[in-house]
Amino acid sequence: MKTILVAFLLCLFCSAIVSTTAVTLRPLQVYNVDVDMKKNVLQAAGLYSEGSDVLESFKVITPVYIDMDSGEIVEEPSKDDKKLQVVIPKALDLGGLSERSRFVEVYLKKDSSGSITNIILPISSKGLWSTMLGFVALEKDATTVKGFSYYKHGETPGLGGEVDNPNWKAQWVGKKLYDESGVPKISVTKNNTGSVHEVDALSGATITGNGVETSMKYWLGEHGYGKFLSKVKEGVL
Amino acid sequence: MKIKELLFDPILKNNPIALQILGICSALAVTVRLDQVLIMCFALTFVCAFSSLFVSIIRNHIPGSIRIIVQMTIIASMVIIVNEFLKAYAYDVSKAMAVYVGLIITNCIVMGRTEGFAMKNGPVASFLDGIGNGLGYSFILIIVGILRELLGSGKILGMTILPLTRDGGWYEPNGLMLLPPSAFFIIGLIIWVIRTYYPDQMEESN
Repeated sequence: MKTILVAFLLCLFCSAIVSTTAVTLRPLQVYNVDVDMKKNVLQAAGLYSEGSDVLESFKVITPVYIDMDSGEIVEEPSKDDKKLQVVIPKALDLGGLSERSRFVEVYLKKDSSGSITNIILPISSKGLWSTMLGFVALEKDATTVKGFSYYKHGETPGLGGEVDNPNWKAQWVGKKLYDESGVPKISVTKNNTGSVHEVDALSGATITGNGVETSMKYWLGEHGYGKFLSKVKEGVL
Repeated sequence: MKIKELLFDPILKNNPIALQILGICSALAVTVRLDQVLIMCFALTFVCAFSSLFVSIIRNHIPGSIRIIVQMTIIASMVIIVNEFLKAYAYDVSKAMAVYVGLIITNCIVMGRTEGFAMKNGPVASFLDGIGNGLGYSFILIIVGILRELLGSGKILGMTILPLTRDGGWYEPNGLMLLPPSAFFIIGLIIWVIRTYYPDQMEESN
């Protein structure tokens, strides 16, 4: 009898402490996650410098939702719609993701006249150990890379983890992700000929490098942001 | 027991990692960068001290049949509290540490101290014992963390000490130091040094 009483009181006491802590700290944690996400968007677009005010800098960015099936910008979807997942056909699934969201939040930087100057897109794919999540920022031609950055990955530090290295990321700036006919063309290669479609691979990180390449190819392809980006190129948006 | 013994014996004479060989898992996992090490040491010391304190306070009311689960419940609550605080006040580090803060629940040092010490001793002694063992753990982890970050990426707390060749310096980083097994070698060397000074810690050969 005493055993049950002690167990009951202990559980009651511990759960009270734990839930009080969790509830009190929740707003601060939500704020941190939000700031962190915005910081990553800014970093990808090269708009963030260490110590600057993230929320202030983020004011130049307009988040919008796009319907991946049509490539149109849509109103913010309902909570349930945000969870909609689309299975990626095997043949197209270069990044090993198996599914993606129907509605995706992307970020636009507009100039004072309201026309798009930069597009920041979330991308992801499987590396060696982990699914790597990041953002790629494009110029208004929707082809040239403005910047690129992963905010979450679990690749080997010092090898695949060098996808975080600023020197390596700097290589991407100015690269073109589509060829003249609008087909995604970019490769992470060890035989870099200096073309605008090639980036030096990381030594000792072939699979991570392939993951970066497939993430670009999948997300910029027809099943990814292809439809949306071709609308941007045509100037419809 | 004197306060001094409770606090400082676990650092060299009775180190939880070097003598008791407990808590090795996290010593491999989080020591690649010193800032993570410091947060981990703080978290473990906090959890170890307060779990011991609470277990010791109610030790005479804990029925023997459920004592382990009672200790686990207290430890788990402490760990969740620490984790929530880190997410709120040190978000970047807590993101980098991912699951390892949560895994303090399974760290043998904490459980070992509550079961081995706090169940038999008063609250003040248990609290100090918890801090002492946290310090012992921290002592080893900080050494491992400094060596791994310095030799593996040429930095200490993110500040460049040895400029790397790939950034135009002269130091070619040791890739092994970035991988968890290197902590085994470093801990092995630390144990060797400690046991040279305290020969009674050596195990008898078979």
